[in-house]
Amino acid sequence: MTKKIKNLNLNFGPQHPAAHGVLRLILELDGEVVEKADPHIGLLHRGTEKLIENKTYMQAVPYFDRLDYVAPMNQEHAFALAVEKILEIDVPIRAQYIRVIFCEIGRILSHILNVTTQALDVGALTPSLWGFEERETLMTFYERASGSRLHANYFRAGGVHQDLPHGLENDIGKFCQTFPKIIDDLESLLTDNRIFKQRNVDIGIVTKEDALDYSFSGVMIRGSGVPWDLRKSQPYDCYDQLDFKIPVGKNGDCYDRYLCRIEEMKESVSIIKQCLSKMEKGPIKSLDGKISPPAKKDIKQSMEALIHHFKLFTEGYRVPKDEIYTAVEAPKGEFGVYLISDGSSKPYKCKIRAPGFSHLQSMDYLIKGHMLADVPAVLGSLDIVFGEVDR
Amino acid sequence: MINLEDLEKKINSELTTKINSTEIKHNQLYIETDKDDLIDVTLFIKTNQDTKFRQLIDITVVDYPENSQRFKMVYLFLSHEYNQRIILSYSINENEIIPSLTSIFPASNWMEREVFDMYGVSFKDHPDLRRILTDYGFEGHPLRKDFPLTGHSEVRYSEDQKKVINEPVKLEQNYRNFDYESPWEGTKYIKEEIESNDKKN
Repeated sequence: MTKKIKNLNLNFGPQHPAAHGVLRLILELDGEVVEKADPHIGLLHRGTEKLIENKTYMQAVPYFDRLDYVAPMNQEHAFALAVEKILEIDVPIRAQYIRVIFCEIGRILSHILNVTTQALDVGALTPSLWGFEERETLMTFYERASGSRLHANYFRAGGVHQDLPHGLENDIGKFCQTFPKIIDDLESLLTDNRIFKQRNVDIGIVTKEDALDYSFSGVMIRGSGVPWDLRKSQPYDCYDQLDFKIPVGKNGDCYDRYLCRIEEMKESVSIIKQCLSKMEKGPIKSLDGKISPPAKKDIKQSMEALIHHFKLFTEGYRVPKDEIYTAVEAPKGEFGVYLISDGSSKPYKCKIRAPGFSHLQSMDYLIKGHMLADVPAVLGSLDIVFGEVDR
Repeated sequence: MINLEDLEKKINSELTTKINSTEIKHNQLYIETDKDDLIDVTLFIKTNQDTKFRQLIDITVVDYPENSQRFKMVYLFLSHEYNQRIILSYSINENEIIPSLTSIFPASNWMEREVFDMYGVSFKDHPDLRRILTDYGFEGHPLRKDFPLTGHSEVRYSEDQKKVINEPVKLEQNYRNFDYESPWEGTKYIKEEIESNDKKN
């Protein structure tokens, strides 16, 4: 007697703790082996690009916080750089250092979240408890600089919104002293952990060729042994004056990507330290009154400042007709903004290139032939945040 | 190809008839081509030893409703070897079907789906052209300039029918588009109101 065997279709998500957000993954299973994966995305689509077309350049910044909401300022950075390049304005050196410090803090925030939740997905609870305590400290730094823990709205075209409050530099410096110990602690829990290695080594292998074809970037391409980092290859702000290394993986599996993230956090700490030591007092935003709003005390005294303030917060500054693509190395990969301005005070088009979008697209290629239990491990190492995938 | 000028020359000389214009701006090379030459140009810049644009970063569309050729397709390429970027573009009419890049770059699959979803541009030979970002059963193409910011329909849970329903957007207050280009004269709708009142009188 023969029995007909049919593949099982399994609906993973949209509400699943290991889906890292609202991902609906339709899996076709042959026993426990995944034959096909079809991710359905867009459940968090908010029409960011459409909204940005209807807002002034300054009003567009907060939308970038809400893309990859675990590292908000890295996204703002891409937009600020795009506008600065079109406007051809210079950013004061202190502002550049502040922006780099907060981008690296964002990188640590994102990597802690990813490494520890990936560990959680494969069965380790403790790392996330330890890691989240550090994220809390870092978010306090965000709050002290910008006023909010997550949606900072801190970067501006031409610099940052305001200077760091008194004492923050010291506290960030102190954090840099203690944090490497925390990374070591996390590593002692995970790096040589037998279960963690069994779940990650040789899982979700990406070859160099495929990493290029699927337009991977960030850790996803470095884990496969391609030494590519926009901070080095196309440096923006003051990254070319800083000394840091780019960790590169060997096998392109989930474990190598985990190791890359750990090493990147160490490098980030060193970058922050260098910035803190090089930073000097000075202006924190462009001195061009047509772009940067005047100081509060000037508004009380000077008619011109008052007019500038009024014009900037009603009409906004106008950006000449141009078209540009700018990318930054966000924690998850190449985050780009393709901006078209038409001479008015609102962008004509603002296409956001999110790294997670390309990474998630390769889910079918990555997971084919793996077991069902490997799905969360691969998904975790892709480092998906739905804010940026769905936009 | 060490610098962009050499790259520009090389592309112009190798692909003479297929390139409409080139320009170097912001340290990037902007190329304009035609719909029919897209595949040839892409294959050339991907495989040639002196260009090696091995990564397709993104595909997008710009909508110019007032132009005779409404959509401008934009392709962003990156070359790791030479650390350069190309922005390739061409214009198409509203209902034109364009070639898909999925056979050259697997990454273009979702990008083209997004373009299809947001702008309604169709692709020939695309393996799986479905909507991607919008809801199941969504109608319209949100990023077109004639699509209203508020959308056409809204979703809510109906207590009576005990299910999620779609209904036309109801706004308590109309969307106000403030035009601050000249604040002294007031916003546009107030200007129009004053003008129409003046005419009546």
